[in-house]
Amino acid sequence: MYSQKVMDHFMNPRNVGEIPNADGVGMEGNPTCGDSMQIFIRVENDRIVDAKFRTFGCGSAIAVSSMITELVKGKTLDEALSISKETVAQELGGLPPQKMHCSNLGADALRKAIEDYRNKKKS
Amino acid sequence: MNRCYFDHVATNPLRPEVLDAMMPYFKENFGNPLSVYDLGMNARDAIEHAREQVAGLINGKPASIVFTSSGAEANNFAIRGIAFAMQNKGKHVIVSKVEHHSVLNSARVLEKNGFVVTYLPVDKNGVVDPDTAKKAISNETILISVTHASSEIGSIEPIRELAQIARERGILIHADGVATTGNIPVDVKELDIDLYSMAAHQFYGPKGAGALYIRQGIRISPLIYGGIQEGGRRAGTENVPAIVGMGKAAEIAASELPQRMEHCLKLRDAMIHGVLKVPHVFLTGHPANRLPHHASFVVEYIEGEAMILMLSVKGVLSASGSACSSRALKSSPVLLSLGITSALAQGSIVFSLGMDNSMEDIIYFLEEFPQVIKKLRDMSPFAGGWDAGGNEQDSEKPGSPGYADGDKCYTGG
Repeated sequence: MYSQKVMDHFMNPRNVGEIPNADGVGMEGNPTCGDSMQIFIRVENDRIVDAKFRTFGCGSAIAVSSMITELVKGKTLDEALSISKETVAQELGGLPPQKMHCSNLGADALRKAIEDYRNKKKS
Repeated sequence: MNRCYFDHVATNPLRPEVLDAMMPYFKENFGNPLSVYDLGMNARDAIEHAREQVAGLINGKPASIVFTSSGAEANNFAIRGIAFAMQNKGKHVIVSKVEHHSVLNSARVLEKNGFVVTYLPVDKNGVVDPDTAKKAISNETILISVTHASSEIGSIEPIRELAQIARERGILIHADGVATTGNIPVDVKELDIDLYSMAAHQFYGPKGAGALYIRQGIRISPLIYGGIQEGGRRAGTENVPAIVGMGKAAEIAASELPQRMEHCLKLRDAMIHGVLKVPHVFLTGHPANRLPHHASFVVEYIEGEAMILMLSVKGVLSASGSACSSRALKSSPVLLSLGITSALAQGSIVFSLGMDNSMEDIIYFLEEFPQVIKKLRDMSPFAGGWDAGGNEQDSEKPGSPGYADGDKCYTGG
């Protein structure tokens, strides 16, 4: 059902955990209906220098979290914002069609984390 | 690495003796049972022998057995067949909320055809209260259909009591016996039941073979129209090898049933005992009156498909009623009917055992299971207790109240 890459990121997820006093935190989803994903970012000079996640969800949700936290490290905030669900799925060697929407929350959680960072900076 | 197949409610491996019995009917005995020459007669005799074997397993008369392609077909046949044959008497049917989809969706078809269906609630163990069924009966009621045991939660339903109620009111009663046949003793006379569904692959027979027991003298509309096969009640050239296999599997099940139950019970109890040592894990279904080969749980703060997947990498094969593990992406209605919240239902995991499992399998599994739970909980944002939509934080028991369901569901964007 899942690609080898998905299984690798699921069994050996990268960047699991929280960043204490993270610069931005984003949460997407709801355990009632499926998956929930929380992304923590540390930002220096408009660039994401660290990212971690916590996820409640199926195999693909966990693999997506792992992959997106890998993808964003070192990217500027604007570059990170351009990462789409499709990019994440492609990097994972594809996701089953029924998982594309409910489990592919990474890009949205990331967007919320960046918003959170920018809001905090404004205030 | 061990391989522990703990998904016997999905299907069972075929017994080698069953395959041996089937093989000649794929090969030299390929005749059509309706043909008049010897080749056809041989096939017909084989089917009649299988009918006796299946009848023997449930203490029915051979003439009351109709072969079908599956348990789902038997359920469809029973519900739709009785409803359409009896609709002049009334258009009300009673089913439970812990039925298989083949029963629930048949009931929905009836609703679309002007029938009224009552869905009986169950208690927290998933058991129907016969009094509730009694109260649901009206003058229009023609059929009660309740599963003998749900394959999702394992609870055994009070079929005999329900049959008595049905009998008193002159109503027919059907039980879905797919999960029970070959796994616990079934005696249709003692249960006093009118219709009973079975599937061969649930007792080491082949897939593609099922049967419906129909008490003699009951009028039923066919599901499939055509020739005179199965007494005109189920048309279509018979799947002779599969039927022969079902017969052989039934014969073996009848003789081995006590050993099977003893074997599975021992493993099941060891499994339940071990699994419940993990904190925030709850048994679903009845703690005692359940299928001997069935252990089902909900695990807090993590999701079932991830559990299945991680266990499968360790060689442990299991099932879940979580939304993510279903193609429809909906939590199992059976779990929700027990009062389990949607968030907790996501942590559903079902293990079903068989003769191919050993105590070594259980010991291996009990070493791996807590590690899988820990690894997934370490990743979960809810491991410290639900919140952010999963908000059950006040108790040790599943399904605590005050939980707003269906709120803020993510639909993609």
